[in-house]
Amino acid sequence: MSVRIGVPSKGRLMEKTFDWFAGRGITLGRAGSDREYAGFVEGIDNVELILLSASEIPREMAAGRIHLGVTGTDLVREKLSGWQSVVETVEVLGFGHADLVLAVPACWVDVNTLDDLDGAAAAFRQAHGFRMRIATKYHRLTRDFLRDNGVADYQLVDSQGATEGTVKNETAEAIADITSTGNTLRANHLKTLDDGLILQSQATLFRAHRAACDAQEAATLEALLARLRTG
Amino acid sequence: MTDRAAIRAEAERLLGLFQEAGAVPVDTRVLQPAEVLLDLYGEDIRARAYITSDALRGEQMLRPDFTVPVVQMHMAHGAEPACYTYAGEVFRRQEDDPDRANEYFQAGFEIFDRAAPEAADARVFSVIYGMLQPCGLHAATGDIGILMAAVEGLRTTERRKRALRRHIWRPKRFHDLLERFSGAKPMPESRAALLTQADPLDGAAPQIGLRSRAEIEARIAALHEDAAAPPISSEEVALLDAVTGVRDSADRALRHLQGIAADMPSIAAAVARLDRRLAALEAAGIATGGLDFEGSYGRTQMEYYDGFVFGFYAEGRADMPPVATGGRYDALTRQLGAGREIPAVGGVIRPGLLVELGGGA
Repeated sequence: MSVRIGVPSKGRLMEKTFDWFAGRGITLGRAGSDREYAGFVEGIDNVELILLSASEIPREMAAGRIHLGVTGTDLVREKLSGWQSVVETVEVLGFGHADLVLAVPACWVDVNTLDDLDGAAAAFRQAHGFRMRIATKYHRLTRDFLRDNGVADYQLVDSQGATEGTVKNETAEAIADITSTGNTLRANHLKTLDDGLILQSQATLFRAHRAACDAQEAATLEALLARLRTG
Repeated sequence: MTDRAAIRAEAERLLGLFQEAGAVPVDTRVLQPAEVLLDLYGEDIRARAYITSDALRGEQMLRPDFTVPVVQMHMAHGAEPACYTYAGEVFRRQEDDPDRANEYFQAGFEIFDRAAPEAADARVFSVIYGMLQPCGLHAATGDIGILMAAVEGLRTTERRKRALRRHIWRPKRFHDLLERFSGAKPMPESRAALLTQADPLDGAAPQIGLRSRAEIEARIAALHEDAAAPPISSEEVALLDAVTGVRDSADRALRHLQGIAADMPSIAAAVARLDRRLAALEAAGIATGGLDFEGSYGRTQMEYYDGFVFGFYAEGRADMPPVATGGRYDALTRQLGAGREIPAVGGVIRPGLLVELGGGA
């Protein structure tokens, strides 16, 4: 049987991942047409490429259905409970940089720190009769961060896309979202809090602890990892 | 895996003992409206409770405890005074530790009584104490009411007291706030800069979102007021630290706290309540020299206790959650009572842990 490696199925993340493997003498590619999510691997035998949505790769690793996976640290930490016991970091890949940050309207001149956010949240709840809404798709990371920093009187509202627009649309008062340059935040009249960095993420190659290996797969995996680590 | 039938039988046995102690059995729905609990506990409860939903009733929570629905039931149509017992399963989502149970039985005992609250405290504690005595557990106690009284009595602005009160159950935040209010830690640079500006909103970004310009201005005014207020004195901070730092047997802790009250008269009434409670416990045959008292006990659990608090622990089993917990929750009845309130105290035992310890029936 073969070693299964999960890679994001589209976009720059996929291309950059292919480049990174190519730099180590292993060619990954998509078979057939652009619409087909089948992959091929050249340069090493008995390795199978599985093309998946980046957000599904943590789950597939946790289930042991793939031995290795490339995805963002943000997704691993958001989706996997006790992530260190489920996967280990093999290599950070040096691309796909993104920060998960807390951002508030730039017009909130009185709110620059988490302490301010907590104070503003208390007053907001009194004035409006409900807890200040923070839109995000990173519920667990955001909640843990706010709890560790003692922020109260907020609620998370789910936002799976266009999160920066939720404040203007008045479906949220603040957001927790991924940003790489901050341009989208600025364009939407938002600013990050000085101490509002929840997580710095980048594309990372992970190894799944629970993926079973027979003798041949174990040998293939060791050979593959040796080549990837000497890149 | 402990036998569920054995745990259920143990829960029934405890329910029977609580009834013998004078409680009326009650039951509650498993599905509770999520909004009530979210408003009470905040967003953290989402990490601790299972939430489900339907299109008709919206978000529902699998009951994470009995206390809230029992209080609601009593506030809606309970006669006074009242004493209730219940036994059933509660559900707690576990995100980090796979060894912690996500559903388990609780058997509980709650008293709603306006007369002699310390006697009610002692009654709840001694009933549970008596039921657990064969198991050789270790009891820890505390009194959040003393800390609340200490905050109330600080010679500082109402706004600062409100901020500290709001974070009593978040000790780290409480500590940070106290450091800043006492001048031990400078205000963040961004705030200092804001306060030097004559008109901070001049040239500000476009106004977006529900939080209005008036709200922003009001908070800036509040920050100015706070910056102008004198710091909380180091003497008062030291007294507050002394209150939270008490760790001793309950009888000796009382003497410490009486000593602190001499310099901090605001806690005298709360310390007198502790005195009456310990006397009531002694009268019930419990040696208070054998109970632990911690000034900060009960502050890190996400609970609603605002007076007497207690827990029973299996010695040498740091891995095991407390076998029983409880306390006074007067404020909860006010929050859920829609304009009414009644002093209330209660506690729960986890029959599953008793079975595991082999100390059950």
